Amino acid sequence: MLGFIVSRLIQAIVVVFVMSVVVFVGVYAIGNPIDVMIDPGATAEIRENLIRQYGLDQPLWRQYLSFLGNVAEGDLGRSMVYNTSVVGLVFSRLPATLELVLVAVAIATVIGIPAGIYAGYKPDSAGAKAIMALSVLGFSVPTFWIGMLLIMAFAVELGWLPSGGRGEVGTILGIPTSLATANGWSHVILPAINLSLFKMGLLIRLTRAGMVEAMQTDYVKFARAQGLTDRQIVFSHILRNISIPIVTVFGLELGSTLAFAVVTETVFTWPGVGKLIIDSILQLDRPVMVTYLILVVILFVLINFTVDVVYARLDPRVRLGGSR
Amino acid sequence: MNAALDVQGLTTRFDTRAGTVTAVNDVSFSVEPGRIMGLVGESGSGKSVTGFSILGLIEEPGRITDGRVLVEGTDLRAMPPGQLRSMRGRKVSMVFQDPMMTLNPVLRIGDQMSMAVRVHERMNKRQALARSRDALAKVGIPSPEERLSAYPHQLSGGMRQRVAIAIALLHRPAVIIADEPTTALDVSIQGQILAEVRRLADETRTAIVWVTHDLAVVSSLADDICVMYAGRIVERGTAEDVIARPRHPYTRGLLDSVPGQHAPGTHLPQIPGSTPQLSRLPSGCPFRNRCPRATEVCTTEPPVARFGGHTALCHHPLEAA
Repeated sequence: MLGFIVSRLIQAIVVVFVMSVVVFVGVYAIGNPIDVMIDPGATAEIRENLIRQYGLDQPLWRQYLSFLGNVAEGDLGRSMVYNTSVVGLVFSRLPATLELVLVAVAIATVIGIPAGIYAGYKPDSAGAKAIMALSVLGFSVPTFWIGMLLIMAFAVELGWLPSGGRGEVGTILGIPTSLATANGWSHVILPAINLSLFKMGLLIRLTRAGMVEAMQTDYVKFARAQGLTDRQIVFSHILRNISIPIVTVFGLELGSTLAFAVVTETVFTWPGVGKLIIDSILQLDRPVMVTYLILVVILFVLINFTVDVVYARLDPRVRLGGSR
Repeated sequence: MNAALDVQGLTTRFDTRAGTVTAVNDVSFSVEPGRIMGLVGESGSGKSVTGFSILGLIEEPGRITDGRVLVEGTDLRAMPPGQLRSMRGRKVSMVFQDPMMTLNPVLRIGDQMSMAVRVHERMNKRQALARSRDALAKVGIPSPEERLSAYPHQLSGGMRQRVAIAIALLHRPAVIIADEPTTALDVSIQGQILAEVRRLADETRTAIVWVTHDLAVVSSLADDICVMYAGRIVERGTAEDVIARPRHPYTRGLLDSVPGQHAPGTHLPQIPGSTPQLSRLPSGCPFRNRCPRATEVCTTEPPVARFGGHTALCHHPLEAA
């Protein structure tokens, strides 16, 4: 186990390092941020000064090395647009995205997995067919369109819920979050549902496929021959087996939702990191882009690590080992 | 005295695209406590479906359309589903062909066994584990205490099959249906398991239905033999009678096809043709297309020819050699 953690840690460092190079080169290739930042009427002299001030006159490798040096000192730079520390900027937005994604993933799991189990357990029933039809809608209809429909229905027509923005913020464990207030919840629920639909569809189909397959296996037939109840067979025998692929997809989805909740955040004007990254790309705010993408890489590495550990807990045949 | 298992006129049909096929056709037999009955047939003869039908575990598109399954005198077919479930594992249990697949790979042996114990008897987990350990010891598993905390993949195929047999024995059932349980095992392991099963049947007085395609296995193990062909029992008798004095031409053919009894280098006799598709059975005797003794009369339903307790479903049964 220790060997596994160490080898994963080394892997993670290599991945983050490689990613930082790719991001740095990619961002460099997009264009010169100075052109966006300054008044087109500014003199060539002001332009030159600014370029020198940001170190953009240096060759790429030298810029990268000085970036690495700053990172080593814990400084990821300042936003060119907001003129504040990028770390502070990203972390001020992160809780908003985090709470949105957590609620969305919780909704998707709590509804998706039981619905999938049912649909796989009685695949020919009308209920199962309805669930499967809805799951197709869930991941084929575009998110932004469903988002707008939700706003139309619940905010405009019924007036039950606010149409966007983040509500009142309280603190839980020192983290500012809207999940601490009722008003906050009323703001988070619509975008969370919107964000959860795709994941829900995916989880339903995955769970159902696993169920259908597991019902045909010998170990289930053997369990039946032992006189076990259907409840025991589903919850003690099957669920543990089919949770292995579910956990994998769950982890990947969690990561990609955290990183790219941007469509929902835009529709619901949710002040999360997704909006921040889109804005920073439009404004060529290099330090924000670089910091954000590195954060995403770290998130994915962390999630995948967790998934691997959960894997080994679920499936005794999986051995965690850094050295083989 | 009631037979441990008495099957009467059991019929199981499957609705397929090619129409309804009768996989088990009016099958009747009974097994006394402590006796082993070999149910022999080729693939597709309906022997496994018969096993599953006895436990009421036929799934769509199959259905049991007729017959009675009496276990110690009570008819399983007449029971509501909940009661039938409580009979499974307690009065009738089953062992499957492939021990690599029958145990749940992600649960410890002890957890799987104690679940099977506690579904039928109220007791705490410790007691259930103790019972499981005793059951493992009974089927000849060394250091059973340690095996309880093992996962299936840590055991060999033979060990896993012993575990499956131990699970089947947990509640001292009246009947065990064993569906080719040694087919997937090495010959030496197969021999050990057969000896173990024979001993257990004698000790526990459990009646065993041993489903197999292997006549050599049943000839050494079983007390009685039923030979199935195309969903019907075509010959029935004591193991000795059926093996030494087969009456049905199909049984004769099966016996002749067993290698080992012929001189090396000679051609092995075969039954011509292959097992018919159940949806396209010939009229009358289903074996007549492959039978060396077939005549005009075989297009009509074959009668039961009796030789004492030994019967064959045939117009032209063989004379005793």
